[in-house]
Amino acid sequence: MTAGATGEETVLSGSLIILVSLLYVCLLFAVAYWADRRADKGRSVIASPTVYALSLAVYCTAWTYYGSVGRAAESGVGFLPTYLGPTMAAALWGSLLLKMVRISKSQRITSIADFIASRYGKSHLLGGLVTLIAIIGVVPYIALQLKAISSSFSILLRYPDIVMPRHAGNLPFWADNALYVALMLAAFTILFGTRHLDASERHEGMVAAIALESLVKLVAFTSVGLFVTFGLFSGFGDIFEQARQAGHVKPLLQPAVGGYSAWFSLCLLAGLAIILLPRQFQVAVVENSNERQLRRAIWLFPLYLLLTNIFVLPIALAGQLQFPNGGVDADTFVLTLPMARESQWLALLAYIGGVSAATGMVIVETIALSTMTCNDLVMPALLQRWGHTPPGQNVGIVLLRIRRWAIVLILLLGYLYFRLAGEAYALVSIGLISFAAVAQFAPALIGGLYWRGGTRDGALAGLAAGFTVWLYTLLLPSFAKSGWLPMSFVEQGLLGIDWLEPQALFGSSGMGPISHCLFWSLAANLGTFLAVSLLRAPNAAETAQATLFVDALKRDRPVGGGFWRGRAEVDELIAMAGRFLGAARAREAFTKHASKLGMRSTSELPADAHTVTFAETLLAGVIGSASARVMVSSVTKEEPLGLDEVMGILDEASQIRAYSHELEQKSQELQSATADLRAANERLLELDRMKDDFMSSVTHELRTPLASIRAFAEILQDNPDLEQEERTRFVGIIVAETERLTRLVNQVLDLAKIESEATEWQNERLDLGELIRQSVDSTERLFRNKGVRAFLHLPERPALLWSDKDRLTQVMLNLLSNAAKFVPEDTGTVDVELRKYPDGYLVRVSDNGSGIPADELPFIFEKFRQGSGGHEKPVGTGLGLPISRGIIEHLGGRIWAESTPGMGATFSFLLPESP
Amino acid sequence: MAAFLVGLLLFCSPVTALFDRPWYWESIPLLYLYFFAAWAMYIALLAWILRGKGE
Repeated sequence: MTAGATGEETVLSGSLIILVSLLYVCLLFAVAYWADRRADKGRSVIASPTVYALSLAVYCTAWTYYGSVGRAAESGVGFLPTYLGPTMAAALWGSLLLKMVRISKSQRITSIADFIASRYGKSHLLGGLVTLIAIIGVVPYIALQLKAISSSFSILLRYPDIVMPRHAGNLPFWADNALYVALMLAAFTILFGTRHLDASERHEGMVAAIALESLVKLVAFTSVGLFVTFGLFSGFGDIFEQARQAGHVKPLLQPAVGGYSAWFSLCLLAGLAIILLPRQFQVAVVENSNERQLRRAIWLFPLYLLLTNIFVLPIALAGQLQFPNGGVDADTFVLTLPMARESQWLALLAYIGGVSAATGMVIVETIALSTMTCNDLVMPALLQRWGHTPPGQNVGIVLLRIRRWAIVLILLLGYLYFRLAGEAYALVSIGLISFAAVAQFAPALIGGLYWRGGTRDGALAGLAAGFTVWLYTLLLPSFAKSGWLPMSFVEQGLLGIDWLEPQALFGSSGMGPISHCLFWSLAANLGTFLAVSLLRAPNAAETAQATLFVDALKRDRPVGGGFWRGRAEVDELIAMAGRFLGAARAREAFTKHASKLGMRSTSELPADAHTVTFAETLLAGVIGSASARVMVSSVTKEEPLGLDEVMGILDEASQIRAYSHELEQKSQELQSATADLRAANERLLELDRMKDDFMSSVTHELRTPLASIRAFAEILQDNPDLEQEERTRFVGIIVAETERLTRLVNQVLDLAKIESEATEWQNERLDLGELIRQSVDSTERLFRNKGVRAFLHLPERPALLWSDKDRLTQVMLNLLSNAAKFVPEDTGTVDVELRKYPDGYLVRVSDNGSGIPADELPFIFEKFRQGSGGHEKPVGTGLGLPISRGIIEHLGGRIWAESTPGMGATFSFLLPESP
Repeated sequence: MAAFLVGLLLFCSPVTALFDRPWYWESIPLLYLYFFAAWAMYIALLAWILRGKGE
């Protein structure tokens, strides 16, 4: 399987390796140059979501490339959490990362230090602390990359022998290739990252090159994986089978040291690191060119991680099978396996893959760190020296110089660490130490995105506390393990106090150093952050920034610009920006801003809060938000806003936001209220109409008897000599009509009383059958006069119920007299029936009269609706049925009428046993 | 958010322990298969959720 290589003579020489490395670097430059040119023409390559996702893969450094295999060889699936963490975290990017991107775009934030400083009122101190933590935390990580490049180079140089490189510390520094690697990388980074000063601090060329590097390392690693799995062995199964027989598999699948707590904390650590590492912040947030890129990255980036990891375990197992005596470091298997099989071109590819993984990380990380150093460490010092007024020359050049020196310095620091720490600690541990350091940013950053109450002091105290614990529990012990500090410090605790033992604080052992550090440092960090933040309310600047950050995702999000008051000269602002950006570019930026607002030139720009904020954000892109604020305030006469005023502005803004919402709600309420009103109005009109009807009916009913009374009274008055007989007849009519009037008035009063519930009800125990019998008896005279026969159908048992006797009698009399009115004379019959129902009684009064026409049936119980059945005006007031209905309904029952015209009518009511 | 919880369940819970047993498919250990299958499924889930969202 390696026949092709064994016969040939070795072509891999030192010069070839260097040549290929240089060619590779040239290729990167070419890509970067091409991408920059494309960007200048406005056809950005990095706008592609795929390129964005690939650039995120700068996460996979040499630590992944070589270290994963090493870790897999040591602790089996323990290498996975570092990649599962970001995979899980990716699910949250849709809100968290989107928010960060949006804030950074609107505020021109250029680094994570700037982000945190800006959130807590643009504080220099906070930015400086974050920068310091990042540098201390990340320099070992850079050292690791240098080590990876230099040792892979040394190993490849000895091809075809496989010799582990000697400790670099034994070499004089000029013979140490890591130094040259560091210097070359510094030059490379300077060329990539600080060619010119950009107001948005974006590096299109660099991102394109990084995306290419991500492809290269994936292809290289996968090639080695395929070669090992299908070239050296016959598939995954074969490797696992052989490894099982050799006894390598079982320990590999045990969970890592520390069990699930370690597993979980590694996931958490990696999930945080994926956005908190300065280089990840750089590519994910600063270099993001549009928000749509995020959507693809959310699944494409985890896919990249998955592909990277498939072959890790097979390579680790194959390496252990290939080098059984342990003479070869598992961290180098990716390189040494192809070498062992004398596959030199593959080995070269593997080496290039490693170089790409390491250089990608170093370039982005140092650019990010240099920006932070320049904006958050050096600028504040310079501003202090300049006394807030920069010298007249173009400060941009100074800034670029600072950044270049920062890059060189950081890489040299990395080299120094590499020289000193050297082989002391395996690759993996260094990576995790860095992760734990940047995890300290989480409470201040993520907390600041969702909680308005955080203050600058809280963030400072939290970071300091977390960082101190990290230093004490992770970094110092790692120094001790490297032999720089006495081991007794780790084993017995500081000054021999055992509860201060760095890796078992307060006696908490059994967690594993990483989870132990993560737990205590984050606990201290978060606790202090919250506690100190709660000590005082956020001040004006903090409140203003908190709103911009927390509400960043709201559709009607607040825009900066309201929180400034004072006087400013636009020309002065342009001149000041020019000192940093170059006069031409500053003028160009302001002109663009002016034309966006619909003005022809910058002279028309009002010197208001909006313009000042624009200048400040423009500068923030170059020197960081905190410094930008100081610079801008040096040329403007700012009157400080008090907390009250900021709250006022915020209130105003939120009122406006709330207003549109409220308006919508109000109009809905209004609509429903209108509908209600319309219904009520209709009801009122109906009632009014009914009242009018009632009034006219009552007056009509009153007028009829009154008219006849008056007519007969006048006759009596005008004819005093009327015969006694006539006189008696007329007086009789007057009396009868007066009685009718009285009855009518009584009934109207009765009805009014019932309707207004003013009647007094006297409930008692009564026998309904008895009541019906009495009622029929009392109407007997009426029936007999008309020749009507009444039939009673009553049950034998007494029908007892609790009710008002007088009222019920009234109803019965009403129904009976009604029936008597409508039945034909002599042949009329009235049937009264009482029936027991499970919870009440049914009474039916049926007659054989003319019946009620179907169209009158529904209104038969309304006032003054008299059945017209007999075509002649019936006698009565027309109030009997409405009164009956009022009584029955009050007693909890129901009354209704049925009729077949021509066959008679039946009035029925149902009464419950007790109301 | 729900996807995140699914991830937590898949990768960071005793669920993983269920698959940590000496069982082999074509001599490939179950745990190894589980991790990569679950991982791939999780990615597919994320992609599916985002596709469903539209622009």
